[in-house]
Amino acid sequence: MRCRERLLAAAVTLAACVPAQAQGPTYGLGRTPSAEDIRAADTAVAPDGTGLPPGRGTARDGAGVYAQKCAACHGPNGTGTALHRGLIPLGNAKPVKIQGSLVPYATTVWDFINRAMPWTKPGSLVADEVYAVTAYVLYLNDIVKDTDVLDATSLSKVQMPHRDDFIPAQPGWKPGTRRQFGNYPKRQ
Amino acid sequence: MGSHPRSDRRRFLTSGGALAGFVMGATRPGRSQTAAPYEPQGLLAYGQPSRFANLVRRTTGRPTTITDTALMTPLQELDGIITPSGLHYLMDHVNGIPDIDPRQHRLLLHGMVDRPLTFTMEELKRFPSVSRIHFLECNANSRPLRGPNRESVQLVHGRTSCSEWTGVLLSVLLAECGVQQQASWIVAEGSDSNRYTMSIPLGKALDDALVAYAQNGEPVRPHQGYPLRLVVPGWEAIRAVKWLRRVHVVDQPYMAWHESGNNADTRPDGKGLWFRFELGPKSVITRPSGGQHLPGPGFCEITGLAWSGGGIVRRVDVSTDGGRTYREAELQQPVLPHAHTRFRFPWRWNGEEAVLQSRCTDQRGEVQPTIEEAAKILNATIDYFYQADHFNGIQPWKIARDGSVTNALP
Repeated sequence: MRCRERLLAAAVTLAACVPAQAQGPTYGLGRTPSAEDIRAADTAVAPDGTGLPPGRGTARDGAGVYAQKCAACHGPNGTGTALHRGLIPLGNAKPVKIQGSLVPYATTVWDFINRAMPWTKPGSLVADEVYAVTAYVLYLNDIVKDTDVLDATSLSKVQMPHRDDFIPAQPGWKPGTRRQFGNYPKRQ
Repeated sequence: MGSHPRSDRRRFLTSGGALAGFVMGATRPGRSQTAAPYEPQGLLAYGQPSRFANLVRRTTGRPTTITDTALMTPLQELDGIITPSGLHYLMDHVNGIPDIDPRQHRLLLHGMVDRPLTFTMEELKRFPSVSRIHFLECNANSRPLRGPNRESVQLVHGRTSCSEWTGVLLSVLLAECGVQQQASWIVAEGSDSNRYTMSIPLGKALDDALVAYAQNGEPVRPHQGYPLRLVVPGWEAIRAVKWLRRVHVVDQPYMAWHESGNNADTRPDGKGLWFRFELGPKSVITRPSGGQHLPGPGFCEITGLAWSGGGIVRRVDVSTDGGRTYREAELQQPVLPHAHTRFRFPWRWNGEEAVLQSRCTDQRGEVQPTIEEAAKILNATIDYFYQADHFNGIQPWKIARDGSVTNALP
């Protein structure tokens, strides 16, 4: 209780000397990370290409990297092995109702290869290799040609075959939103 | 080589040291007030259940890939609403469980914020804390099975568990950073081998998401995300990022692998389903359940669990005649939002065939459907649910005249 009063007092003091829109920290814990710390941690890539580093690669470039670092689990032609499933089609949507990749954005493929592959040595591929292997995997799925160059600009422009086949195409949510699918009728 | 508790324990047991240590500790002569406290080892340091208790997480035995670990909670052996931490289900897609030294661990919050911040575990524990009881449930839980594994509530429904989680509300940490106007999502990232990533709407992150460092009173178990796990109440547990190390405040979902292609379903008409977030109202009778055996006619309490991503379980009805008639079951108090809810129903078995099933209604009035009702709503055949996720249909168990219990789903 005393703690709450003190907090309240602090909040009142804070409110008195700071403009209402600029809300300051309440507890003052934690430290400011360096720009370098943030850059090192911030590897995620958004569907619009935000976060993609410089680099480039084609499926032709990627075939060698794939054979060396991916084929042991995914099979020489991307059709899978006893260790792991194949890469054709991409994704794991069940039941399989439509043909082809169910991954909606090419950036998703790039990002996952970059962060998680190869399985035993994630993070070991340089950007050019990630672009090249991504191109090769998309080529195996008939999504790009073997000479198409993927880079920070072209990758997010790759049209994945089922991008618009999701419900909804752009997910959204705010508090109070009901389950969008499978809302069963009320009884009683 | 660091000492591993399990191998220590085994060594201790095989050397017969447990008993000797206990006796020594109890009779050590001349202990003064300044003596170092006696620290027992092995079983005495951290207790274990009776060897006669059948407390084992299991998997279906179907071929799994190198990337998946799936172990289900033995719901049929448990009572009340709390799942012991060591029996919490797990469903991982990582190359080995991260072995994280909490002194080295940092949580970074950055992106569309006024003040990016990084926190040590010590700093996180200085914040005002909350303890909340919440279930976690895999989006693939309860998918109907064919074959021998379907005769087990554990293997069909055991991808859900319920714990008391303690930590800091994510909203408190985000307020420290000052979320900017244009932000609408967060991307949460783990420290595992594939830096598991999930997008979560900012509205939910600010509503009730919890950055948990404790589970059932002790530090979160390594398999559950030690030292930090993001708990997203009521939502499919693929959002509950383990080994949490980063929260990136952004203005769009990042369509990470595990939330887009890899955890999508296909609707019967071929449309892809994703970002379903909230889990539907569900219940299942855990005793008697498939694979068990009633020794003979007479009184036999029916008990089970109900839960809903929609909040509080308002009522559970139980039928002993395959759904022709239902009567309301008793709910164990307190009934908590986004938590397992224990129900109990008195029953006297007359020795005749019976079909037992339960039906959950949540605070929104949403009612758990039968598999036939669910199929009708989706304009699908019931076979659809044998492959799809997010199935929350009613589970019937059939009691035969000989007392055996089997799964009565088609």
